Amino acid sequence: MSEAVKPTLPGVFLAFAKVGAMTFGGGYAMIPILERELIDKRGWATNEELMDYYAVGQCTPGVIAVNTATFIGNKLLGTIGGIIATLGMVFPSLVIITVIAGILTNFADIPAVQSAFAGIRVCVCVLIFNSVVKLFKSAVIDKATFAIFLAVLVCSFFFKVSPVILVLCSAAAGIILTNLGVRGK
Amino acid sequence: MILLTLFWEFFKTGLFSVGGGMATLPFLYRMSETQGWFNSAQLADMVAVSESTPGPIGVNMATYVGFTVAGIPGAVIATIGLVAPSIIVILLIARVLQKFRQNRYVDAAFYALRPCSVGLIAAAGLLVVKIALFFFDRYAETGAFADLLNGKAILLTVLLLVLTRCVKQVKKLHPIFLILGSAAIGALFRF
Repeated sequence: MSEAVKPTLPGVFLAFAKVGAMTFGGGYAMIPILERELIDKRGWATNEELMDYYAVGQCTPGVIAVNTATFIGNKLLGTIGGIIATLGMVFPSLVIITVIAGILTNFADIPAVQSAFAGIRVCVCVLIFNSVVKLFKSAVIDKATFAIFLAVLVCSFFFKVSPVILVLCSAAAGIILTNLGVRGK
Repeated sequence: MILLTLFWEFFKTGLFSVGGGMATLPFLYRMSETQGWFNSAQLADMVAVSESTPGPIGVNMATYVGFTVAGIPGAVIATIGLVAPSIIVILLIARVLQKFRQNRYVDAAFYALRPCSVGLIAAAGLLVVKIALFFFDRYAETGAFADLLNGKAILLTVLLLVLTRCVKQVKKLHPIFLILGSAAIGALFRF
């Protein structure tokens, strides 16, 4: 990790605008970019914090990407930081979508665009896989956390259980397991 | 007046859609019925464009709908409406979290929330794998195993995995270069 960059309002806006402009797909596709821009390059958050925010962002109202941006901005520079980070995050969308909606109404129908996005999806798979490996190492620290990881993965992917329920159950499981003294074994 | 309605409709969407950009979709369907701003075919186009442009999908859709309804001011107002509840709720939670982060129960909850987060990200990743590397539609039609696999995509996956995990120079590369490279390969080899 390089030395931490001192956060300023314009700096926070630009950093999140960059993340917004480079995220293709859903909020999870943002994770590798967030890691790169905020953790590796600027030292503004840790892997643990990112996972905490992501979990809370899943079960609070709104778009996860925006929730995470508000969290990190608030941590860096207080309330105004949260607002500026969010505005930075949505700024590229505003510009790009307005341009596309105004000029190219059948943008998504162009065969070359479809092919390019099929390629991007493959890349997103690999990037998410790499992020999962990295986050796994700092989150799965004992048998109990491995069991939770596996249970959430299976319930979410195969049984389509809502993330809200999974987050709430995990939080409860954490409290119960800690009190049972299973933690760290 | 229409700007106020737009703000209010998207404020509600932001407040009640929990868990990711696609969670806003049911609210947009309702909006097309109650407000008549667009029909469901237009909505399908908006989803396609939102998915194939940078930025969070929920935000892209709000901008698109806002622009369709009331031009650039509409785009700005709809987007601000969507993110306003997030900002308010998260700022409140962040304050509480800071205060209670040392609390043993909160700490115990987060001990389990981290693997939960990783599990959710992994599940989302698998969903992309399912769309990107396999042809489940074609497989359902023909039943031939060879039709299930998307050969070109799997080849690219292996290439990217080897590059990002074994080659030091690529590991340090910003992910956007890999994304752009994959877009070029996809367009060139007609994925």
